[in-house]
Amino acid sequence: MPTHDVLVIGAGLAGQRAALAAAEQGVSVGILSKVHPVRSHSNAAQGGINAALNPGDSWESHAFDTIKGSDYLGDQDAIEIMCREAPEEILHLEHLGVTFHRNEEGRLGTRAFGGASAARTYYVADITGQAIMHVLYEQLMKHSEQVARYEEWFCTALAMDERGECCGVVTRNVADGSMELFRAKAVILATGGNGQVWKPTTNALICTGDGIAMAYRVGAKLMDMEMIQYHPTTLAGKGFLITEGARGEGAHLLNAKGERFMERYAPNKMELASRDVVSRAEQTEINEGRGFPDGTVALDITVVPKKRVHEALREIVLVGRDFAGVDITREPIRIKPGNHYTMGGVKTDVDGRTDIPGLYAAGEVACVSVHGGNRLGANSLLDTLIFGRRSGADAAARAKRIEGSRPSRAVLEAEQATIDAISAREKGSGRRISEIKLELGMTMDAKVAVFRDEAGITEALETVRRLKEEAESAYIDDHGSIFNQDLLGAIELGYMLDNAETTCIAALERKESRGAQYRTDFPERNDEEWLKHIDLQLGADGPEISYSEVTMTQWEPQERTY
Amino acid sequence: MAEYTLKVRRFQPESGAGPYWEEFQVDLDPSLSVLDGLLQAKDRDDGSLSVRCSCRAAICGSCGMKINGESGLGCKTQIGEAHEMANRRNGGSEPIVVEPMGNMPVIKDLITDMESTHWAKIRRVTPWLLPHGEAPEREYVVEPESMIDITQSMACIQCGACVSSCLSMEADPDFIGPAALAKAYRFVGDPRDAETEERLHDLAEDPHGIYDCTHCFSCIDACPKGVAPMDQIMRLRRKAGEEGIDDPNNGHNHEAAMTKIIEKFGTNDEALLIQESYAPGIKGKLKPQGIKELIVSLPTVLRAIKTGKARSISKLIPGIHPKLPDGAQDEVKAIYKHAEEHREEFNIYIHGEEDVEPEPDEPTDAVLAEEAAGAADTKGES
Repeated sequence: MPTHDVLVIGAGLAGQRAALAAAEQGVSVGILSKVHPVRSHSNAAQGGINAALNPGDSWESHAFDTIKGSDYLGDQDAIEIMCREAPEEILHLEHLGVTFHRNEEGRLGTRAFGGASAARTYYVADITGQAIMHVLYEQLMKHSEQVARYEEWFCTALAMDERGECCGVVTRNVADGSMELFRAKAVILATGGNGQVWKPTTNALICTGDGIAMAYRVGAKLMDMEMIQYHPTTLAGKGFLITEGARGEGAHLLNAKGERFMERYAPNKMELASRDVVSRAEQTEINEGRGFPDGTVALDITVVPKKRVHEALREIVLVGRDFAGVDITREPIRIKPGNHYTMGGVKTDVDGRTDIPGLYAAGEVACVSVHGGNRLGANSLLDTLIFGRRSGADAAARAKRIEGSRPSRAVLEAEQATIDAISAREKGSGRRISEIKLELGMTMDAKVAVFRDEAGITEALETVRRLKEEAESAYIDDHGSIFNQDLLGAIELGYMLDNAETTCIAALERKESRGAQYRTDFPERNDEEWLKHIDLQLGADGPEISYSEVTMTQWEPQERTY
Repeated sequence: MAEYTLKVRRFQPESGAGPYWEEFQVDLDPSLSVLDGLLQAKDRDDGSLSVRCSCRAAICGSCGMKINGESGLGCKTQIGEAHEMANRRNGGSEPIVVEPMGNMPVIKDLITDMESTHWAKIRRVTPWLLPHGEAPEREYVVEPESMIDITQSMACIQCGACVSSCLSMEADPDFIGPAALAKAYRFVGDPRDAETEERLHDLAEDPHGIYDCTHCFSCIDACPKGVAPMDQIMRLRRKAGEEGIDDPNNGHNHEAAMTKIIEKFGTNDEALLIQESYAPGIKGKLKPQGIKELIVSLPTVLRAIKTGKARSISKLIPGIHPKLPDGAQDEVKAIYKHAEEHREEFNIYIHGEEDVEPEPDEPTDAVLAEEAAGAADTKGES
């Protein structure tokens, strides 16, 4: 049985940072990922990473922007930690070798980003996530004696001991289909978000909410699941992301009449208001007939000097050229709000601890919560690194402290039986997995998106529950052991459906509008009743709802205008 | 919507059978990708069709494959274009041919073993920063251009398309290869790295290192991110030359000799070139390698005379070489001077993409283009 003190599931930024932090404490670390680490979705973070590092800036200002951005649903103690520790983390990355943009003095240079009162976003062209992740992977290769890498291993379940503590995971080695039970004193989930539940989405195909579902199934609490970010600038149809950095560099949003419509919604910050605000503005323009016939508005990057575009927005030039046939240096590109980020997730404290001993979560899978109702651009990379590091350190401390228990092989056998059952379904016995995924994605994008109401969410929830039943009989074509992606797709569908169900339940529960949750039937924010988190836990009869307080330190809720 | 045929090179390792071709009919918008086509076939027809993929937007590097024989990313190749490419010669009924990447063992269908090939080579180049001493309290202060310079290498997504296309690696599987050497330049070019010299020696002295590249440009064509791995290899070679490292192909000296001869005569004096490549003046004539290479080249020279490629016997006598008429030589010198003053590495983060048209009002570029054309004309003779 492969055994590690600390086992990290997922190898994006949060996972790699956690593994390195745990290894620094001298414990034995394993990092396991269903794809090769550099394929992880942290790659997609283009614009940058926030930190109040400039002499004129302050962590308090960064914290306030984050809290305001969260529509006061973010926990202020966690936000304080994140913003205080941000500068040190940026410098750490720089020392490891990240090729951050420099100003003329050769020091770290910044760009402006949405919802921020200062230009505090550090970046590498528009490949910031990729650049940081590849540098962390360099460090993993460097520290291969301290950190064992399990690349292309798929996690199917968490293993619990009789005291209710997490003591390992069940995995499938993708390369040969063998099932393996891993033992660990601490397991850190760093599996990312659940964007694939929506279609289209900016998220990669691997973002199927695995960690959220696995934690939920063993009784961990989920929090803020209704808070799903729609990014204001995604390519229609395909869902590809156009970085907020484009607006940070000065690009304008125009409706079909050529009006800079943000004047009406956020006269001060204009295009750089919070993402929920900009997405709602765009959707309103589109819904009220001022968009283009294909249901889009335009992003005009031609106002940004060409030299600057080549230096700072190269990826967007490529996306425009290769995926939309548009030269963004010459003409505006059609965009719309699209599914982008999971603010909610597995409820954790500021050290990544979930309410199950031995189980940690960090990054998009987790909900600390630093993003509350709406995440600010360039805060997600920061979240992954700060709480990845803190989780890794705390998990290592736990590993040094406890004896640890041995997971029972029963959980392995149960997982094997589930897989055998999926494989045994005969062709034509039910629907194809791909059909169910498509129906799920279209339903969620239609009913649980920028604007929501009770009827729509209820309809979505009913569809999700029907799809759950249909998934029980859905069949696969591949019955082999080696790289059976078909089988993994069936398991992922199960994860996605759990994510969808909990999202719908929470969205239905929150009867107000806050951050990314905009209820047309409850259009106002209601601090009296709803300045609280919605927690969900799997009980004997399905999901159970409870509430937890939002932690306030020094910032009282105010009206939110940009 | 349009219909396309994807002809996929399949291999199902558990079937006991060898690789085979299978055709899939798909139906999608021409602007969607070959990967979208494959996923449609997988979703509709055969879930066992295997391909690594994730982001669909050319950033994760999972879906390296060969499309109509050319290495690239499935998600970045539009299916309509791939169809046109497949039918450049034949009427329009040819399928789009999809195969796994080259220079790597195939595991299943389009999935290759990158670990034992690509990643082993990446690890070969000590792929992490090696600074000396304690890190500064704040950031390392470095030239802004230095970060932009190596960001071109950082743009690599490790998809393996360049490795798949590499002709040198086909001949020498131990060649460190384009991806790993581009990664190496990311450290050699990084002013924060303190082991530049050691790295250069390591990469130059390995018989499968930087001098194993044959300058064929395949990797530049294949790279979906504009990393231009061969350019990075050439940068490594140049730095190795500056470091005084002995180049077994004598390429650095050869280049310097050629540059010098043209500066002097305006056209290449091939007879002089070989000797000058080993040492300037009389010393070069006496160097054993120079003499050896002269003898080895004789059949080629004779063939060149026979076919009319080398037009005059006088060209065989070193040093007797016609100068350019009138003031042409001064113009050549002016080009040299201009090039010296405007010397700049081509970098996508400065210049943008190749196929984006340049600004019409950039006189420097226009002058350069004119001069380049002039230089090409004079070179045409040799």
